Amino acid sequence: MTEITVNGRIHEVAVEPETPLLWVLRDTLGMTGTKYGCGIGQCGACTVMIDGQATRSCQVPVESLGAAKVVTIDAIEDDEVGRRVVDAWVSVQVAQCGYCQSGQVMAATALLKGNPRPTDRDIADAMTGLCRCGTYNRIAEAVRLAAG
Amino acid sequence: MSSFDHPSFTAAAGLVRTAGVTNVSRRGFLGFGAGALVLGALLPSGGALARAEGPAAVAPRPGTRVAAFLEIGPDGSARLLSPFVEGGQGISTGLAQIVGEELDLHPARFTVDCAPPGPDYAVVNGLRLTGGSFSTRSSYGVMRRLGATARDMMIRAAAVRLNVRRDELATEDGRVVHAKSGRSLGYGDLAADALVLKPDEAVQLRDPATFRYIRQPMGRLDARAKSTGKTVYPIDQKVDGMLYAAVRHAGHLGTEPLALGNEPEVRGMPGVHSVHRLPGAVAVAADSWFRARKAVEALDVTWSEPRPTGIDTVAADYSSGGMLAALKASKEAGIPAEKDGDTAAAFAGAAPTVEAEYDAPYLAHAQLEPPSTIARFNADGTLELWVPNQMPEVFQAVASGIAGLRPEQVIVHSPTLGGFFGRHFMYAPANPFPQAILLAQATGRPVKVLWSREEEFLMDAVRPLSFSRFRAALDGRGQPSAVEVRTVGEGPIGRWFGEVIKSPVDSSAVEGLVEKPYAIPNRSFSFVKLAHPVTIAFWRSVGHSMNDFFYEGFLDEIAEAGGRDPFELRMELLKDRPRHRDLLSAVADLSGGWRRGPYEAGDGRRARGVAMASPFGSETATIAEVSIENGQARIHDIWIAVDPGSVVNPAIVVSQVESAAALGVSATLFEEMAYEGGTRQARNYDAYPILTRDAMPRIHVRIVESGAPMGGVGEVGLPGVPPAVVNAVAALTGQRIRSLPLSKARLSGV
Repeated sequence: MTEITVNGRIHEVAVEPETPLLWVLRDTLGMTGTKYGCGIGQCGACTVMIDGQATRSCQVPVESLGAAKVVTIDAIEDDEVGRRVVDAWVSVQVAQCGYCQSGQVMAATALLKGNPRPTDRDIADAMTGLCRCGTYNRIAEAVRLAAG
Repeated sequence: MSSFDHPSFTAAAGLVRTAGVTNVSRRGFLGFGAGALVLGALLPSGGALARAEGPAAVAPRPGTRVAAFLEIGPDGSARLLSPFVEGGQGISTGLAQIVGEELDLHPARFTVDCAPPGPDYAVVNGLRLTGGSFSTRSSYGVMRRLGATARDMMIRAAAVRLNVRRDELATEDGRVVHAKSGRSLGYGDLAADALVLKPDEAVQLRDPATFRYIRQPMGRLDARAKSTGKTVYPIDQKVDGMLYAAVRHAGHLGTEPLALGNEPEVRGMPGVHSVHRLPGAVAVAADSWFRARKAVEALDVTWSEPRPTGIDTVAADYSSGGMLAALKASKEAGIPAEKDGDTAAAFAGAAPTVEAEYDAPYLAHAQLEPPSTIARFNADGTLELWVPNQMPEVFQAVASGIAGLRPEQVIVHSPTLGGFFGRHFMYAPANPFPQAILLAQATGRPVKVLWSREEEFLMDAVRPLSFSRFRAALDGRGQPSAVEVRTVGEGPIGRWFGEVIKSPVDSSAVEGLVEKPYAIPNRSFSFVKLAHPVTIAFWRSVGHSMNDFFYEGFLDEIAEAGGRDPFELRMELLKDRPRHRDLLSAVADLSGGWRRGPYEAGDGRRARGVAMASPFGSETATIAEVSIENGQARIHDIWIAVDPGSVVNPAIVVSQVESAAALGVSATLFEEMAYEGGTRQARNYDAYPILTRDAMPRIHVRIVESGAPMGGVGEVGLPGVPPAVVNAVAALTGQRIRSLPLSKARLSGV
């Protein structure tokens, strides 16, 4: 049994210690808002916040978490910055297929929590998730809008 | 003309070839005869549902039976059962606008779900599919009438309830209002009475001058759910008691698993339920997907040998380079695809002539959601599928064949797709649902099959590698007097619908080359079919994705040979085409006036290229601005003027054009699915680079509504991008790129 803290709740999960957090979230805890895209840390669809840092959950063995606090897209609107990011995403009409946007919103929230007034360079450095619908310009616009 | 407009396609649309499945059947797994055709429940006259007993025996005219499309809740909210699959293109929102406009119910009060299979939904020329940029243009009139018919039913029900004359009643956003008495009834109160009335299709449609929702840039209905992780995609579906299955496919398409060296050990791994051999693959079912995948990766599989050589199969030495060489080396006489005038005479007197060969690579869809399917056999003998698809009735029909059931015993759920771009048509070996059915049968449990990203890049059906050879004759003024094009290859229409259409010329192989608007008097275009051994696909904008690059690139070569400015030459060749001239003027205006360059732009030299395209019933004009950095093209801005005739939601049109343009940039700069030694070289995004934020240009879109018949939207932003970029590169560097992607070429710094 491994104990992990997700969205403020402690869960006991019976999985192999090397199991990536992504699959614990999706298959063990049934929290499917976090997406599987590539499994090699390239696409960013699985991005969650771990102790406030945007992290690709497909690359995080569950055993490495310890007492770290995981926040997923499922709880994004409980966070004040997260809610602002979501509102900006809706306002700018970023999403098309929407599959990558869970990860994009998490990356944007983590960015703004650590850096409330990011420059365009900061946005480019932080927002590295792939989007096959090509919504990159709107993503940047929404981050700027959420930053206010 | 778009591929699916073909009259014989419409006439015989119920027949769909499922080559991969029949290949599988020859191995004894699936019970179809070789070369079998699967009859889809697609046509009012011949579908499987139409043959059913009872009330279903008479098929409705598609798009007319209100109760098949609309459910009104007690609170007055509406659920619209859509003929179309939503996968990012915004069709659900557009339909809510169209139906809401005529029903008189605000679009925000709709939820929209993809309808189950059924003849009611065959609204695309008597067929049902989500593709070909067809959804809005094919169903606009039908869906308006449906909304108006439903509104009329509400009024009739209210007239009875209030005991007043119908013509004293009006509607007001979800209510029927009797102004005289001040009484009103909500649609929610009336729905039960209204929806059992006989629809009257002769109802009056709303005067477009009074539209409140159609033509408005309304927000998408799914924007918030998609920004909060709440949208449930195929991969997110879950049913009680299901097993998770992971699959490993043969590296060489067409080979089979012969032996599993360590099956007992793998069966003993944590969580593993069972180990399976499938056609062309092995699978493990387990209590979680990660465990299933670990186990299937651990399997020691001996595969059968591919054929040593050749291009009839994916042989041991098959390569994309070898395939391109075969396309170029073909000596077979072509079948005419377009012919006008006397090219031979034009070439005889011409000076100079221009010749060039163009090619474009295999491309993966690379949609972010890997494909999956849940299959569950229910106690009542039905099979239930949660399956990504663009043609529910075809999937139903093929699934029923695999499971040994009648089509109506297969329940198909078509969830919102995490991108598709043509990925989820019936591509036999490239669809996971047959595996889910076989595994559910083998285990006696519901099974969710999910392909890893690596398996997806291995098995995805690809945009065909393509090749055309061009020749042009110029007259004394530098005007093209003749063009010859020879195209060798195969398109997805021929592959997957060829037995239906039986047209010798594959429209999906030549679209973008033929039926151009330019006044070139002598034309001779031919097509030679040379089949690919790999699984080929529809890919956003299909034949236009490469052919407009070929043609418009070559047109710039003609301009250069004749000493003409490429923009001015196009204007002149379009002298009798006011719609196209207007569009070309519009894009020039949008970009601040045409200038080719090269010119100084502060941080270095830049140049611009222009291209036009006529995809899917719409027209586009595109200008791109590029510079060169470290031997590679950097695209700064793309300006696109698009004329789809008329639009429903201008904001979604802009988004779709931006998105298609981004995919065009990606294909122009980076993408290629290469084969070497009979296997694909890229198995994930690290080896198959797609457009990232760094390379994303600004994209500026102007919608021109000429009032021409409504054209497509979802794919039309793409075709002009590759040629506009390549033409800009030529203007800047003098290097004429005739083979994509650009990343293969080292461009000269300037």
